[in-house]
Amino acid sequence: MSTRRIFAQPARYAAIAPYLWMVLFFLVPFGFVLKISLSQTAIAQPPYVPVFDFTEGWAAIKAAFAQLSLDNFKLLVSDNLYLSSYLRSLIVAVTSTLILLLIGYPIAYGMARLPQRWQAIAMMLVIVPFWTSFLIRIYAWINILQHDGLLNTVLLALHLVSSPVVWLSTDTAMYIGIVYSYLPFMILPLYATLSKMDPALLEAASDLGASPQQAFWLVTFPLSLPGVGAGALLCFIPIVGEFVIPDLLAGSSSMMIGQTLWLEFFTNKDWPVASAAAIALLALLVPPLLLYDRLQRRTLEGGR
Amino acid sequence: MAGRVNRLSPFNVTALALGMAFLYLPIVILVIYSFNASRLVTVWGGWSLRWYQEFFNDRAMLDAAWMSLRVAAVSATIATLLGTLAAVGLVRGERFKGRSLFSGMLYAPLVMPEVISGLSLLLLFVALNAERGFWTVTIAHTTLTMCFVTVVVQSRLASLDRSLEEAAMDLGCDPVQAFLSVTLPLIIPAIAAGWMLAFTLSLDDVVIASFTTGPGSATLPIRIYSEVRLGVKPEINAICTMVIALIAVVIVIASLASKLSNSEAKSAAPL
Repeated sequence: MSTRRIFAQPARYAAIAPYLWMVLFFLVPFGFVLKISLSQTAIAQPPYVPVFDFTEGWAAIKAAFAQLSLDNFKLLVSDNLYLSSYLRSLIVAVTSTLILLLIGYPIAYGMARLPQRWQAIAMMLVIVPFWTSFLIRIYAWINILQHDGLLNTVLLALHLVSSPVVWLSTDTAMYIGIVYSYLPFMILPLYATLSKMDPALLEAASDLGASPQQAFWLVTFPLSLPGVGAGALLCFIPIVGEFVIPDLLAGSSSMMIGQTLWLEFFTNKDWPVASAAAIALLALLVPPLLLYDRLQRRTLEGGR
Repeated sequence: MAGRVNRLSPFNVTALALGMAFLYLPIVILVIYSFNASRLVTVWGGWSLRWYQEFFNDRAMLDAAWMSLRVAAVSATIATLLGTLAAVGLVRGERFKGRSLFSGMLYAPLVMPEVISGLSLLLLFVALNAERGFWTVTIAHTTLTMCFVTVVVQSRLASLDRSLEEAAMDLGCDPVQAFLSVTLPLIIPAIAAGWMLAFTLSLDDVVIASFTTGPGSATLPIRIYSEVRLGVKPEINAICTMVIALIAVVIVIASLASKLSNSEAKSAAPL
C-alpha cells in the first residue's frame, strides 16, 4: 500500500464537515430559491404562499406539484422592466469588460517587463486594493465625482470646462466605478500569462525581421489569449449581477438585473418574483461559468 | 540578448504609472479629506480630527462597527477551519464520491453575484424560522469566505513536497500525526493569510449582510451604505480611513508572516 493511499483515507474525512456545510448553506438554499420562484405572491409574513408542505405527506406534495406556477417567469418575460434590466446588465458587463481589457492589458504588460524584483512589488500593489473595502473605494469616487468634488474643481481650475459637469448618477460614473473595482481581477490573470512567456520567442521574431509592433501582435498577443479569456470572464460574471456600484453611481432611470432583484425583494416585498429573477440571472451566468471552468482546467493541464 | 526585446519602453512605464495612480489616488484623497476641518467635504479648512470625534460619539455607528468586527472575527475563524479542511480533502483526498460537486460548490461562490447568495441564504433562514441577526450574518459570511480560504490553502498545499510527510511516516508517525507535525506548520502562513482575507471580506460585505441580518443589527457596511446613499458626509471619510488603516495593519502582518515562514523554510532546507 503506497503512502499516498494511506493519506487519502483521513484526508477524505477532513472534507466531511465543509461538505455538509456547503450542502446545507449553498446547495439547499438554491432549492428554496427555485421553490419560491414557483409560488404565488401573498401579503403575509413571509410574503409568499408555500407550495410544498412536507408535514401533510405525499398526497399534499402531489397536489402541490399540480399548483406550481410559472407565473413569475411569465411575468419576467412579458414585463418590460425585467427585459430591459436583463439587457442592460449584459450591455454594461460587456462594455466594462472591454474597457477593463483596454486599460488592464497595458498595465499587465508593463508589469511583466519590469525587472524581477520589481515585479513582486508591482503585483503586491495591484493586490492591495483588492483587500481594501470595495464599498470604501466606491465611496472614494463619490467624493471625487460629486458636483463640487475634486474632479470638477480641477477641470474648472484648468479652464477645461466653464461650469461644473454632472458626473454622479450617470453611466460614466458607473463605468468608472466598475473599472476601478474590477481592474485587479483583469490585471492578475493577464500578468500571470504574460510573465510566463519565454523572451526567446520575441528575440526569434525580431531576428526574423519583425518590428516590435509586429512581434507583439503576431507572438505576444496570441499567446496571452488564455489570460485575456480568464480575465474577461472573471470580470464579466460578477459584473452582470453587480448591485452596489450601479445603485450608488448610476442614475435611477434604468436598472441592472441585480438592482431589479433588490427592488422587488426589499421595496416591493415580492419574494417570488425576486427569486424568479435570481434563477434567471443564474441561467444567464451558467454558460460563462462553464467556459471559465473549462479554460481553467485547460490552463492547469497545459501547465503540467 | 534579452535586453534588446524585453526592455521597458516609455509606453510601458507610462501605463504602469497611470495604472497605479488610478488605483491609489482616490483612496489617498479620501484619507486626506477625512482630516479636513471643514464641513463641506471639498473645501479644505485645515487639518482636524473632528470627524473622528464625531464617529466616537455616534452610538449607532459604534454599535454597527462592533457588530461588524465580531461577525468578521467569528466568521473568519470558522471559515478558516472549514476551508483548511476542505483544501486538505481536495488536495490529499484523491478521488472520493461527489468530489466534483464539492469543488464546484466551493468555486461557485467566488464569482456568484452576491444578490443571489444573499437571497438564497435568507430564504433558507426564513424556512428554518431562524432569528435573524448576528448568527445568520456570521453563517452567511462563513459560507462565502471559506471558499476563498480553500483556494489560498489549496494552492499552498498543492505546492508542498509530499516526501516530507512520507519521511515522517517512515519514522513512525501515523498520517494524522505526520500532517499535524510536518504539513500543518508549513501551511500555517497560507492559513493565516486565508483568515485575514476572510476577515477583510466579511468586513467589506454589504449585500449579503443586508439580506441576512435582522432589525436592529446592522453591520458597519450597511450603515455606511445607507449614509452614502444620502450623500457624502465627512464622518464617513473618517470611518473609511480607520477601516483602511485596520486592513493595512492586517496586510502588513500577513506579508510579514509569509516572509518569516519563507526565510524559515530556506534556513531549514539545508537540513
